[in-house]
Amino acid sequence: MSEKGNMYKAFLTEKYLNNLNGALEKEDKEIVSEIKREKIRKPIITIGSNSPSNIAGAIGLEVSIKEYIREREIEAELVEVGSLGMIALEPIISIQLPGKTKLFFKNVASENIISILDGTFNNYINEESVLGQIRNEMLESYERIPYLDELSYFQNQQRLVLKNCGFIDPNSIEEYLAHGGYKSFFKTIYKNTPEEICEIIEQSKLRGRGGDGYPTGKKWKIALETVSEQKYLICNAGESDPGAFMERLLIESDPHKVIEGIAISAYAISAQKAYIYIESEYSLAFERLKNAIKQAKDYGILGHNILKSGYNLDIIVRKGAGAYVCGEETALISSIEGERGRPRSKPPYPAIKGLFGKPTVVNNVETLVNVPLIIEKGAEWFSSIGTEESKGTKVFSISGKVENPGLVEVEMGTKLRDIIYRVSGGIANSKKFKAVHIGGPSGGCLSEEHLDTIIDYDAVLLTGTSLGSAGMVVLDEDNCVLDNVKYYMDFLQKESCGICIPCREGTRRMHEILENITKKPKDDNGNTTLQRFKGVMQLENIAEVLKDTSLCGLGRKASNPVLSTLKWFRNEYEEHIFERNCEAGVCQELRTFEINVEDCIGCTICAKKCPSDAIFGTPQNAHFIVQDKCIGCGICFDACKFSAIISK
Amino acid sequence: MLEVEKILENYPFVQRDDLIPILQDIQDKIGFLTEDAIVQVGKYLNIPTSKVYGLATFYNQFRFEAEGKYHIRICNGASCHSNANSLILKELQKKLGIKSGEITKDGIFSFEETTCMGACGFGPVLAINNKYYTKVDVKKLNEIIKFYINLEE
Repeated sequence: MSEKGNMYKAFLTEKYLNNLNGALEKEDKEIVSEIKREKIRKPIITIGSNSPSNIAGAIGLEVSIKEYIREREIEAELVEVGSLGMIALEPIISIQLPGKTKLFFKNVASENIISILDGTFNNYINEESVLGQIRNEMLESYERIPYLDELSYFQNQQRLVLKNCGFIDPNSIEEYLAHGGYKSFFKTIYKNTPEEICEIIEQSKLRGRGGDGYPTGKKWKIALETVSEQKYLICNAGESDPGAFMERLLIESDPHKVIEGIAISAYAISAQKAYIYIESEYSLAFERLKNAIKQAKDYGILGHNILKSGYNLDIIVRKGAGAYVCGEETALISSIEGERGRPRSKPPYPAIKGLFGKPTVVNNVETLVNVPLIIEKGAEWFSSIGTEESKGTKVFSISGKVENPGLVEVEMGTKLRDIIYRVSGGIANSKKFKAVHIGGPSGGCLSEEHLDTIIDYDAVLLTGTSLGSAGMVVLDEDNCVLDNVKYYMDFLQKESCGICIPCREGTRRMHEILENITKKPKDDNGNTTLQRFKGVMQLENIAEVLKDTSLCGLGRKASNPVLSTLKWFRNEYEEHIFERNCEAGVCQELRTFEINVEDCIGCTICAKKCPSDAIFGTPQNAHFIVQDKCIGCGICFDACKFSAIISK
Repeated sequence: MLEVEKILENYPFVQRDDLIPILQDIQDKIGFLTEDAIVQVGKYLNIPTSKVYGLATFYNQFRFEAEGKYHIRICNGASCHSNANSLILKELQKKLGIKSGEITKDGIFSFEETTCMGACGFGPVLAINNKYYTKVDVKKLNEIIKFYINLEE
């Protein structure tokens, strides 16, 4: 570590961390503002380094910026930060010149990076690429450039959990500490007993953000009261929902906050060992967590005799091996033990008998990140935010057909409409809204009439879906609701662990029925429509059985996508069954094809390619399709060079 | 299998809960789980080979065949799905003549569907080895594949 690093370390751990009332001497204040990079002597460039921005080319961009700095001999510092949450605008960079406010640029590419840098250093701002500037009265601001907090994306959010994301360097414990990090943990281990912490969390009415919304404080108390020489805390970061990414971005952007949340929670249940179970594919998040733990150990914040308090805590990061069912707590425990990720029947609950037979609390990342906030500002403050039964804020990952997909944090009680239209900018390409799928595979689809539903565990349950993992996918008129449900059923039948029959067979049968009604029947007799309709009745039956008899949450909630769409989008089912038509044109196998006699020149390509030999005709004469044989695959449609085949 | 032995040496006080990390290490090193490796791990941990294999097949991460020279990963997250990634999936299957999880006969291409890659603003996304392609449609896909085929000739 450099000399400066040692100086910062000594200052932060010995002077700043235990200064809980916030009063600082002038020179100390200066050190803090130096670490926070508020007062700077040389220009600072930050670049969003996270999974979406890396996919969009941030790695190459970083190289270009470094080259630029070196070539022009500019004394500037390049800092990696996490994600602001606006994933469609990545790569986002910011440039801060001494004495001036910080300027953010969006969608920066290797083509325009030079002009952006050139412009900013020479006082000519490339306004097209500007996202906004940070409000800071102490510094000179740019004219005609909006402030970040004026953008409707930020204006309509309440960022508590995501406060640091995109602003601080996730690889620097110094910066996290300077922003007030680990103070709650310090306060906890010095001033409170585990019982008191459990009490504070219970009073704050924090509920688990993993989906079920079980009161966190209650769970902790059970684990704390169970007598055992060894207890465990597990942080569940195995998102694996195919449409959610908030845990990933949260860890990539602010890993120390996750560590602090874990540390306080482990103390509260008197655990000396904690696990973080993270998706194997989240390699960047994994690296950042590892690094954060290493730094915290180095600072004496983790490990043996933490901050000389006598409390010991070890955090182990475990990579999951890719199984959706491991989001369920007992399956997750099996997986950490080195078994197949299969759920166990409850009770006994993990809080009494969990990992290696010891009391274990499993909490979701977002739940844990809320904990330091509650300790810092008090249970009363936290319970003043949100609705009667759901307190605090909720982070969503919103994607699909919205103008501005990304991470969104809103107060509980916010209307769905406000999230989709005000924060995320409405539907992209001025298309019409059709549905919003909430909660991933265990959630469901809501229609336009539900847009006034508020975000609240119980209010969302009433509509037949669940907050689940809080992934939100917005569908527009070009999407087919049945296709969407089929997608989730396909996912669930692949991911079902197979231990209980209702889930293993039920998800498969439901997928089969959906497959059947979204394609043309092979032999079409008079009964076919009736058969297909019976299939839908079966869907309802199976769904009910699954709900009642499955072993774990995966099976119990697996019917949600089907039941919710049957309830709110019944007309689409009817359209597919009776009219054999998919309005959105997504269910291709439902289409019928005809050959336009006038356009067909008889090249025979379609007849050769048809897999079911449904096309007849002689060369140089118009061909025709025998509808009874056609399976609706559309190969002829794609193959015809004369646009003679019409899809209906 | 020297490589496997080396990995096992990192786990001197091996316990059952080390099984998944060991398999992950092996896959990281060799690229997939060979039959020999599974047998060796079973012996080392004193677990029947069938149990090790059973566990490995349960999880999506483990593969039992080598990847092709160009390994294509297509994001099959919900957002990419809503942006019609099924069209590219179909086209790719047609083009390469293989299904997800398979490898072409000449060993050049293999492809798999993955869960959300996290770049929902740029969907549909696909990655070839470590290079990412965003907002892919059928036309763009054909150009990409053509590029790699030309590289081989």
